[in-house]
Amino acid sequence: MNINATIIGQAIAFAFFVWFCMKYVWPPVTNALKERQKKIAEGLDAADRASRDLELAKEKATQALREGKEQAAAIIEQANKRANQIVDEAKEQAITEGSRLKEAAQAEIEQEKNRAKEALRAEVAALAIAGAEKILDKEVDSKASAELVAKLAAEL
Amino acid sequence: MAAEGALTTSGYIIHHLTNLTFGKLPEGFVRYDGSVVGEGGTWTIAHGNEASTMGFWALNLDTMLFSVGLGLFFIWLFHKAAVKATSGVPGSLQNFVETIIEFVDENVKSSFHSRNELVAPLALTIFVWVWLMNLMDLVPIDWVPYLATQLGVPYLKIVPTTDVNATMGMALSVFALIIYYSLAVKGPKEFIAELTLQPLGKYMVPANLFLEGVNLLAKPVSLGLRLFGNMYAGEMIFILIALLPFWIQWVLSVPWAIFHILIITLQAFIFMVLTIVYMSMAHESH
Repeated sequence: MNINATIIGQAIAFAFFVWFCMKYVWPPVTNALKERQKKIAEGLDAADRASRDLELAKEKATQALREGKEQAAAIIEQANKRANQIVDEAKEQAITEGSRLKEAAQAEIEQEKNRAKEALRAEVAALAIAGAEKILDKEVDSKASAELVAKLAAEL
Repeated sequence: MAAEGALTTSGYIIHHLTNLTFGKLPEGFVRYDGSVVGEGGTWTIAHGNEASTMGFWALNLDTMLFSVGLGLFFIWLFHKAAVKATSGVPGSLQNFVETIIEFVDENVKSSFHSRNELVAPLALTIFVWVWLMNLMDLVPIDWVPYLATQLGVPYLKIVPTTDVNATMGMALSVFALIIYYSLAVKGPKEFIAELTLQPLGKYMVPANLFLEGVNLLAKPVSLGLRLFGNMYAGEMIFILIALLPFWIQWVLSVPWAIFHILIITLQAFIFMVLTIVYMSMAHESH
């Protein structure tokens, strides 16, 4: 174990290795590390942003759904109301139409009744005259008797 | 095992603790095999304790080979990941590299607050390189040296951090950076003021200089020797365990190796953290 020139050789080798390491090993590796760090940070940022966006979109979607439901409910309600209205209107119309028809029928019946009465009355008068003629067995002044018969008929 | 005293216990231990040293032996030196070095000396591989005669201008070939090899492996692997680094989904290699880099970066950020492009790569290099060098300690102690001996290489220490040259080489490099940044960031005036005007006030300059000087010089020494001491001691225990009969070795070597997984990581981590702290102190006035 002697101190000799090896000490110098070792120092030279040491200096060379340090120089080489400083020039060609350290910078590329640390640069890669730094760059990766940046990339990871950016990636995490993006993920954060994306999850925030997702949250927002979900909220929007639920809101749209709620609005749609509300709208649909309103429409249905309106439709129901309208249907009821239509039914009511129809009923009313039917009732008026019915009463109108009834009135018309009644009027016609009345008219027919009057007409029948009239006819009956005339026939009864003629019948009465004929009866009287037969009874009297003589020609009665038909004009005077006709007046008489009409009066009779009106009293009938 | 090779050379003299090959089969004795102490010979075995010494063999394991001897580096493969290449240096110059002086003229007239009597070598391990009795031959005498000729005129003008000779450049050769040391045997036995010849390395101590070679003086400073000798090189531990095994330390250099394994440390540079492991360092090259480190930058090759990390560069491979760095070239293909993507900010998208990382592959398994990139994942692995990123884990280590983030670990180092966290440590740097927690104790170093100035701006300096060098500190983090410095810490990364120290952590991974020292860890890899320490890891060689877990290779079974006789495998590689035995193989080397068969190939005619007399000594081979495969754990560079058990060579004080390796750890001190790194520690002194860190020390040089401490001095450089102290001067460059604080300026010479403040640096000298820090060394001389505290902790005892401006009338005790020599005492201050002594205290702060010890403080400053203790940094590289503690940095280098702590790593060296831990790894050397760990290696020593492995060597001693290897002296037991082969069928009982596992009782001790397995727990020690498992414990060493912690030690080698911890020592690499301590070297790194202390470097960061020292660099931080060099940048900040206190």
